[in-house]
Amino acid sequence: MRKHILFTLALALTFGFKASAQSFLENSQVNGSFQTDAQYYMLDKGIDITDLYDKKVGINGFGKVNYTNGNFSAGIRFEAFLPEMNGFRSELKGAGLANFFATYDNGFIGMTVGDIYDQFGSGLVFRTYEEWSLGMDNALRGARVVIRPTKGVTLKGLYGRQRFYWAPYMERDFYDDDIRGIVRGVDGEWDLNQSIPALNDSKFRMSLGGSFVSKKQYDMSIFYYIPENVGAAAGRLNLGYGNWSFSTEYAYKINDPSAINNFIYKEGQALMASLSYSQKGFGAVLQVKRVDNMSFKSMYTGKQNDLDINFIPPINYTHTHSLPSMYTYSTQPNGEMAAQFQVNYTIPKGTALGGKYGTKLALNVSQVNDIVRDSIMVNDQKVINKSGTLGYSSKFFAIDKHRFFRDINFEIDKKISKDWHLTAQYINLYYDIETIEGHAGAPVVQANIGFLDVTYKINKKQSLRLELQGLWENKVKAGYEYEESEKKDYQKRGDWAAALLEYTISPHWSFSIADKWNYGNPVEEYRDHYFTGTISYIHEATRIMLSAGRQSEGVVCVGGVCRTVPASSGVSLTVSTSF
Amino acid sequence: MKKLMTLLLMALMVTGLQAQSKSDLPNVTLKDLNGKDVNISQLSNNGKPIVLTFWATWCGPCIKEHNALNDVYQDWQDETGVKIFAVSIDDSRSTAKVKPMVEGKGWDFDILLDVNSDLKRAMNVSNPPHTFLFDGSGKLVYQHTGYIEGGEDELYEEILKIAKKKK
Repeated sequence: MRKHILFTLALALTFGFKASAQSFLENSQVNGSFQTDAQYYMLDKGIDITDLYDKKVGINGFGKVNYTNGNFSAGIRFEAFLPEMNGFRSELKGAGLANFFATYDNGFIGMTVGDIYDQFGSGLVFRTYEEWSLGMDNALRGARVVIRPTKGVTLKGLYGRQRFYWAPYMERDFYDDDIRGIVRGVDGEWDLNQSIPALNDSKFRMSLGGSFVSKKQYDMSIFYYIPENVGAAAGRLNLGYGNWSFSTEYAYKINDPSAINNFIYKEGQALMASLSYSQKGFGAVLQVKRVDNMSFKSMYTGKQNDLDINFIPPINYTHTHSLPSMYTYSTQPNGEMAAQFQVNYTIPKGTALGGKYGTKLALNVSQVNDIVRDSIMVNDQKVINKSGTLGYSSKFFAIDKHRFFRDINFEIDKKISKDWHLTAQYINLYYDIETIEGHAGAPVVQANIGFLDVTYKINKKQSLRLELQGLWENKVKAGYEYEESEKKDYQKRGDWAAALLEYTISPHWSFSIADKWNYGNPVEEYRDHYFTGTISYIHEATRIMLSAGRQSEGVVCVGGVCRTVPASSGVSLTVSTSF
Repeated sequence: MKKLMTLLLMALMVTGLQAQSKSDLPNVTLKDLNGKDVNISQLSNNGKPIVLTFWATWCGPCIKEHNALNDVYQDWQDETGVKIFAVSIDDSRSTAKVKPMVEGKGWDFDILLDVNSDLKRAMNVSNPPHTFLFDGSGKLVYQHTGYIEGGEDELYEEILKIAKKKK
């Protein structure tokens, strides 16, 4: 250690410390951000919280600092979960330096050492990212090289081991149960429009890309023979002509038995495609997706979102209001057929329906079904998805009858006058709660949901916002007969009503009170109110938010990845700032 | 760990020797809606103010902010020459929806795609919406997180301050 410091000093001296220190100060920039989320938990018999299990407080916090100087940048992130808030994985408990990196990039070559976040194409074979609100971080600790040999061509290579909560990155020893593998990948992209001068300003646009990723893992299984090297490859194409765009990506993975796919030795495949048309005032997009056995983790025993190497994006609409977002779809990596269609249209200003400000309309339809799995013959016996076998066979374009999810929604967004603004949405939802959330035997959620969001500007600075929401299930309602033993599966089920009133003073203050009421739950004791009050103060890049009340059991999703939040009661505080 | 810090320190000192122009716009390359590379450090608006606003198709307050900004954008441009770049942090789950939404809602901003959250990380954005204002030389003069109804007025006051300075 001392040697390094001496060496650094010597280096600094030889390069002329004075000169370097001066330009160092002149040209360097330091920026960063901090956030602390804390929750104080209280007993609340009304919503069945009768024991806190010795956890009165949960605190998640991070602080990061970046340093930049011309082509060089470096950063560190410190994290603390002391202990983690309810709903976050208990493995997060602890504090320490979670992330650091150093990068040099001069446009031709870019090199990074440390924790790497990157993505190849749409992420079907490789994506590392971090999502604080989910406690999700699968950064790759290692090295990356990016080369841009000519305009429009980008080549990437990277290598490393992924973050697994606080597990050390050292080489494992034989008795260690941390059996994370090493991830290696290369990716190339060629944008014809940027590399061929004649196409620079062409209406026709085209780019191509391809990637290869492999993991080297340790076979520690006593039941199965686990392949020590698993490779996955993907190819992508983006085309555009005028207002039209088309893009597609196909990925293939060799056999990769894992806890997620029930240790079958089938290959994995994924295909995504989208077609869109847009012009001023109108936009439409159609997306389709097929996923078959495409969970790809750097540890074959990994659960949930642990150590995901790839990312299979769900393509359905993301709701932001509290009732529709109670039932958010998350990708089923073992197999799904999905389609999504969305239209945005603005009725122009000055027409009968458009009024003075125009009227914004949006329609979205999305549906996800299972893939068709046919049995295969193993030792003269028909089997499906049996561990240790090739699993099943599946026709590529066949769609199974089993529907996981469907969402049909229509939104209208209208500025009525200078002071009044209205947004309303109707949603028809089908949500297979058994498949998506694992509530075995629970009936499918089929519901109509509606909300009305009205904003009234009192004056230049102050405004009032009222939000009214309702969720009505078709089948599971008050009076629905349930099995006493399955009572737990009916938490949050049945009809809901919700209201929120917010008063804001621009640019700093927001005060709101809200209630969610599960008035139509078939189980009488679950018909609870979830009342909350929130005060938030924003000053430039600083936000302080204090709220008190009840939180219902639910799922928090960001970018298609979700975590379940248990019901709680208490006070929570968020402080965040950046500089 | 200590080794790494030493390494960082070394690297800092070595690169400290190379003089670079001073701008708060980070050296991060994003794509525009036509797939063209755009290096943020090279963004320019002929010495007029630049606004960078982070948003996502799934972020309600962002859409409200954009609708409000779009209503006044033409006036702002006429008066101060400001240019707004709306940086979408949508990932691959919703990037295909960005262009249809932008066109469908009729927004006039320049749109940039931060699919891998590179710029979001470089500029320490925790949650959208988050808005940054740079003066004509790329110096960061103001930033604001969240959107409260009427919040665009404060942004405009800040824009006017630097636009006036120029005159």
